[in-house]
Amino acid sequence: MNDKATAADNQLSDDAIIEIKGMHKWFGEFHVLQDINLTVQKRERIVICGPSGSGKSTLIRCINRLEEHQRGSIVVDGIELTNDIKNIEKVRTEVGMVFQHFNLFPHLTIVENLALGPIWVRKVPKKEAEETAMYYLEKVQIAEQAQKFPGQLSGGQQQRVAIARSLCMAPKVMLFDEPTSALDPEMIKEVLDVMIDLAREGMTMLVVTHEMGFAKSVAHRVLFMDYGQIVEQNTPDEFFDNPEHDRTKLFLSQILH
Amino acid sequence: MDNTTTIDAKSSVKPPVSSVGVVGWARANLFNSWFNSILTLLTLLLLWKVIPPFVNWAFIDSLWWSTSAECKAAEGACWSIIPAKYRYILFGLYPYDSQWRPFLAIIILIGLLFYSRNRAHWKKSLAYAWLVGLILMGLLLRGGILGLASVESTLWGGLPLTLLLSVFGLTAAYPLGVLLALGRQSEMPAIKSICIIYIEMIRGVPLITLLFMSSIVFPLFLPEGVSINAILRAQVAIIMFTAAYIAEVVRGGLQGMATGQFEAAESLGLNYYQTMRLVILPQALKIVIPPTVSQLISALKDTSLVVIIALYDLLKTTQTTLSDPDWMGFSSEAYIFVALIYFACCYFMSSYSRRLEEELDTGL
Ligand SMILES: Nc1ncnc2c1ncn2[C@@H]1O[C@H](COP(=O)(O)OP(=O)(O)OP(=O)(O)O)[C@@H](O)[C@H]1O
Ligand SMILES: [Mg+2]
Repeated sequence: MNDKATAADNQLSDDAIIEIKGMHKWFGEFHVLQDINLTVQKRERIVICGPSGSGKSTLIRCINRLEEHQRGSIVVDGIELTNDIKNIEKVRTEVGMVFQHFNLFPHLTIVENLALGPIWVRKVPKKEAEETAMYYLEKVQIAEQAQKFPGQLSGGQQQRVAIARSLCMAPKVMLFDEPTSALDPEMIKEVLDVMIDLAREGMTMLVVTHEMGFAKSVAHRVLFMDYGQIVEQNTPDEFFDNPEHDRTKLFLSQILH
Repeated sequence: MDNTTTIDAKSSVKPPVSSVGVVGWARANLFNSWFNSILTLLTLLLLWKVIPPFVNWAFIDSLWWSTSAECKAAEGACWSIIPAKYRYILFGLYPYDSQWRPFLAIIILIGLLFYSRNRAHWKKSLAYAWLVGLILMGLLLRGGILGLASVESTLWGGLPLTLLLSVFGLTAAYPLGVLLALGRQSEMPAIKSICIIYIEMIRGVPLITLLFMSSIVFPLFLPEGVSINAILRAQVAIIMFTAAYIAEVVRGGLQGMATGQFEAAESLGLNYYQTMRLVILPQALKIVIPPTVSQLISALKDTSLVVIIALYDLLKTTQTTLSDPDWMGFSSEAYIFVALIYFACCYFMSSYSRRLEEELDTGL
């Protein structure tokens, strides 16, 4: 499985889908992101790791403007993120996001959760949207739960639904913010398996995670963040075997015991 | 090895008698300490002193179909005031011969309300049914076409007036309150401050003051010769007042929403209105059903304050009935009667809301 996921590595197209240049962000006085430069190629898969509070979530949340940056530029699929709300909405339709706590809509059934975006944002007819929803539910192996409400599902199932919900919008990029860290250990694998499938199909992915096994087998690049900066980035093999910076070494020694 | 046999899923051992049944219940709830035992006995004594005399008065010594003279001689309740006077209590000054019209209007309204109780009926056709129903009710009350004699709105009174003020008041106040709550959360400073000022000003003033203002102050600002119907003015005051309270209740619901819900909706590309309408409000409004219904119930009862601007609502027509020399002194009976009508309306709302809550419960 892992071999297949990495097999596509060589075929990275070299047109960028995300370009972040000289980006800074402050929360009040607190300089949370400092001079971020990052280019993501189409079909590229990046794992972001780093200590708690280092700004990982903030970084990927800037990419779909859940957080606003104050300096520098972020261009997603040719659209620069500014205050223009139309542009922001356009970027959001192209960028899927999966949250730590799933954030499914509890008042809607699973299939309604999935169909909501396509119906209202992409203006897809309801019937067609529900068919697409069922297709993706099959894909994350949860179709039999379609008529249930999120509250009736386990954490792992909810997270798979959340991934399927994003996929229904046919996004060009998927962002994952610690998708498995709110899950009980026995459910982590079912979610990672879905993500590995997605990787195999060539989805562009930015994943904040501490699942180093996933990083090794799926990522093209691993970024290490600390104190709001990208301290180091490298291929998974190099990153884990020969970390350059002391902070990276310290971090790795703490999470890989 | 022995241990495994002691765990028997179908144990036949029964709980001790004293902890089940009536005796067990009474022991656990009424006599579980000497203090509670004394309270229980005192309560029983009080009930013994109050209930039998009331039953005597209301049902045994009471008169139901007598004249007022017979009533005055009797010991018990004189319910006869209701058959004798119900037309006036229910319809006030509305011309006697035309009172079938407001009666029919009420029947239409009750029919629509009961039909709307079932959420399966919430379709577009229901909205049209309400529209047609409301127009029909208006025409019935007003007359002036199809050979119906025209009846001035100053003669409208009693139950139709109370229901009119309540139903219109609540259905208009609710969406307005939701808008005000959203406005108060808005990031646009102008909208936000207008909503805050509105809500705080209205909440700082008793409804009576608003009603006075609508009937005395407001007309001063109208150009000469223009006058607005008194009922309409009272209606507007009730809507404005109720909306401010609903707004605060709804704001509580909005604040209770997890930010993750906003973020999930936004990250799908939904815009502000879609996020609110499809994701946030359905959840927030559901959370606040109980306090919202409390507000609506108290608004319904507050419609009785319109007497102070000389409208003849249900309570006022009852009062007026009691000034009839024949029937003076039977106020308890008449007030119990209107209390039951109010109770029926309020109970309808609260039972409906309980049902709605159950239906909307999705286990999270
Ligand atoms: N809305 C906010 N307002 C102020 N400070 C914030 C806000 N959100 C995050 N921060 C702060 O910014 C810093 C970076 O937060 P961020 O959530 O990006 O960290 P993280 O790397 O994702 O950490 P974790 O591994 O704990 O999720 C933290 O110190 C956090 O306290
Ligand atoms: Mg985080």
